[in-house]
Amino acid sequence: MTVAINGGAKVWQRRDRRTQFTVWAAWLAATAVFVYCFQLISDKTIWAFVLDAPVQAGDLAARMVPPDWAFITQLGRPIWDTLNIATLGTVMGIVIAIPVSYCAARNTTPSVSLVRPIALFVIVSSRSINSLIWALMLVTIVGPGVLAGILAIGFRSIGFCAKLLYEAIEEIDEAQVEAVRATGAAGAQVTAYGIVPQVLPAFAGISVFRWDINIRESTVLGLVGAGGIGLQLEGAITTLAWTQVSLILLVIIATVIVSEWVSAKVRHAII
Amino acid sequence: MPLTQWYRVELSEQPSPTRGEGASTTTAPAFALGRAMTLAVAAAPRRWKKPPLIKSARLRWGLGLGVAVYLALALGTTEVNWNRVWEGLPRGAQFITAFFPPDFTSRWGEIVDGILESIWMAVVSTVVGIALSIPVGIGAARNIAPAPVYYFCRGILAVSRSFQEVILAIFFVKLFGFGPLAGFLTLSFATIGFYGKLLAEDIEDMDPVQAEAVRATGASWLQWINFGVQPQVMPRMIGLGLYRLDINFRESAVVGIVGAGGIGATLNTAFDRYEFDSAAAILLIMIGIVMALEYLSGYLRRWVQ
Amino acid sequence: MLRIKGLTKRYRTGDLALKDIDLDLPDGQVMALIGPSGAGKSTLIRCVNRLVEPTTGTITLNDTVITALGGGELRRARRRMGMIFQEYALVERLSVMENVLSGRLGYVGFWQSWLRRFPQSDIDEAFRLLERVGLDHMVDKRADELSGGQRQRVGICRALIQSPELLLVDEPTASLDPKTSRQIMRLIKELCAERRLSAIINIHDVMLAQMFAERIVGLRSGEIVYDGPPSKMRPEVLTAIYGEEDWSATIRKVDETEEAEEEEADNVIALHDVRQPHRDRMAGLT
Repeated sequence: MTVAINGGAKVWQRRDRRTQFTVWAAWLAATAVFVYCFQLISDKTIWAFVLDAPVQAGDLAARMVPPDWAFITQLGRPIWDTLNIATLGTVMGIVIAIPVSYCAARNTTPSVSLVRPIALFVIVSSRSINSLIWALMLVTIVGPGVLAGILAIGFRSIGFCAKLLYEAIEEIDEAQVEAVRATGAAGAQVTAYGIVPQVLPAFAGISVFRWDINIRESTVLGLVGAGGIGLQLEGAITTLAWTQVSLILLVIIATVIVSEWVSAKVRHAII
Repeated sequence: MPLTQWYRVELSEQPSPTRGEGASTTTAPAFALGRAMTLAVAAAPRRWKKPPLIKSARLRWGLGLGVAVYLALALGTTEVNWNRVWEGLPRGAQFITAFFPPDFTSRWGEIVDGILESIWMAVVSTVVGIALSIPVGIGAARNIAPAPVYYFCRGILAVSRSFQEVILAIFFVKLFGFGPLAGFLTLSFATIGFYGKLLAEDIEDMDPVQAEAVRATGASWLQWINFGVQPQVMPRMIGLGLYRLDINFRESAVVGIVGAGGIGATLNTAFDRYEFDSAAAILLIMIGIVMALEYLSGYLRRWVQ
Repeated sequence: MLRIKGLTKRYRTGDLALKDIDLDLPDGQVMALIGPSGAGKSTLIRCVNRLVEPTTGTITLNDTVITALGGGELRRARRRMGMIFQEYALVERLSVMENVLSGRLGYVGFWQSWLRRFPQSDIDEAFRLLERVGLDHMVDKRADELSGGQRQRVGICRALIQSPELLLVDEPTASLDPKTSRQIMRLIKELCAERRLSAIINIHDVMLAQMFAERIVGLRSGEIVYDGPPSKMRPEVLTAIYGEEDWSATIRKVDETEEAEEEEADNVIALHDVRQPHRDRMAGLT
């Protein structure tokens, strides 16, 4: 923001010339990057298919209605499995995330130079790898099935929960911890009385939030063989049973909406 | 003030000499005597237990029992082929040893192509997704959108958020053919759901007084959005945009599994052929890029503010 | 008796917070520590219970050399020193009772404290203290539901339930209104008298210090520049502690309030004669 005197009149501009120039340059660079990237994508695209897409979409939509309602009888078990993968995976992720976050938070870690970097690396690796890729790996290791799904969701959740949790631990009010320490409490007691009560609401919120995300994630794990409703979806798509596909999609929407509602209710009750 | 508290104040304030109002001390003995007697009566040891989190005992036990039953059922119905797990463990060990050292060289060309494609997709889809999600997000904010618009936009957000990226990618691949365009469309659509919802929530949480003050100047609707709403939600939205770029990069790795371009296809092939050392290399590169993005976004956020 | 000898604290940033402090505090003495912000008041009392690690010097509390202790011994020494904090420093999401009982953490094992199974004697004592400060009807309220004055009284209970030999009080009135400040200071003074406790009170407010302390120590950039009774506080002394400023108004007001306080003290004695329990007066503090 700047004011210049120009022929006796005060001229107000939002930014001075230098800042204005930087802003324009940034916009220009960003636009160039965007256009370049899009160009590369478009080079790899067969545009004939794209032009054909609306017809294809109409065709597909026509074949998907009405949903094959009778198929729902076979979806009970896959839904139950999906739910279990999400829930048990979340539980596993949280249980491991607690010590990891304790080690990663600057104010509670046993050693800033040794333990903290390890904990941070665990968090980053767990977070950078999508649960579907975790599932891909685990299916080759422990074999196809629900177990691979639970482990995949669990491993992916460690990083997410631990990151949010250690940020919550770093944000606590140190004065309260100091006050507990001043009473002569031992290390574990300082944690239990000074830190745990302060991060408990954040912890509960994070767990429920992750559970909600995990429900959505676990619907696709079946595509790589890790159990749940994704297996049925894969089967229906490969056999071109589009009426079954549409039913599965409806079931997934319903599950996700219900889980979102539950998670919102629980979070509301806690906080 | 609760009744008991009020009562105490009344009782003690009258005869208290500490107020310095020259209160008569003659009333104090009688009062003190009465108080002392009440105390003597209440001198029996008082127990204390931490009050339970959930007040109703029935609900508390019911919830506990429900959780126990669910866990028993869930664990009981989880079918695990322990023989297969046992056989797989050496393969797991093999996978871990593949990280020391990972093999960057033998599939280097494919890896570079895949990673670059992932990055393009992430960048383009973040930009397009955010651009599209701004009108949707504004429309989905209850405090500024009329009801029909609100429900329509909320509907778009719900559909976009319900489906995992991979499901969307399957359909986009069906419609637009294999390649990064399908991945780009998938990620853009998913971005609308994520960013639009957060934008809508942020607008709903804004300070109505500031927005009202701008409206009171006679600003048009667009001016009002620009001066009253945008400054309030902007800082957080920039941070979230960078975060979404990070998510889109990570997701671009999985949409490749169903043929929508990016590094995922290369990774999938590596696993299929049990080339764990190449897979390890890809994973390490991804971890590196995510870390770099995180660092960059932290830096950019500071710069913007 | 607390004896501080040659206490120096240099922070890792290089700031010298305390320079070779010598200080003796006899049993039962209430001492106010005054001085400008950054003079080292907080550092000094935190060195006593070693929340801040002294660089050099020795601190002795009744024959225990606190500066020589490690681990478990230090914790046992800490429970003999009750501490009261500036912003109350209550654990906000715990109830009043849990906060008070947290003063006993040094005496009970981990699982006992985790399951909140404190000995009945501790619970009795907690009720007695809460009654004494007039909060026994708020036992299960969460600490963040209380007003400032109430919170500080819970903080006082937490310090006293440790059965300390010494109270370390860090700016107890900094976030309270003037009336509540006086009530809290009076409460601390009375409790010290009842239990023959000595106390170090860090305080910004010179008037309050003069009203409630038997001895005043002035600290300026880590050095003691005044040590004497409140009655000897003169404008020159305040100038030495805080720097050049017109102090006459502060002093005059102090003289007036001192008289009022003396009258009040007479009244307290009169009340002692008729055996009015203290708790009745304190019960009115809300």
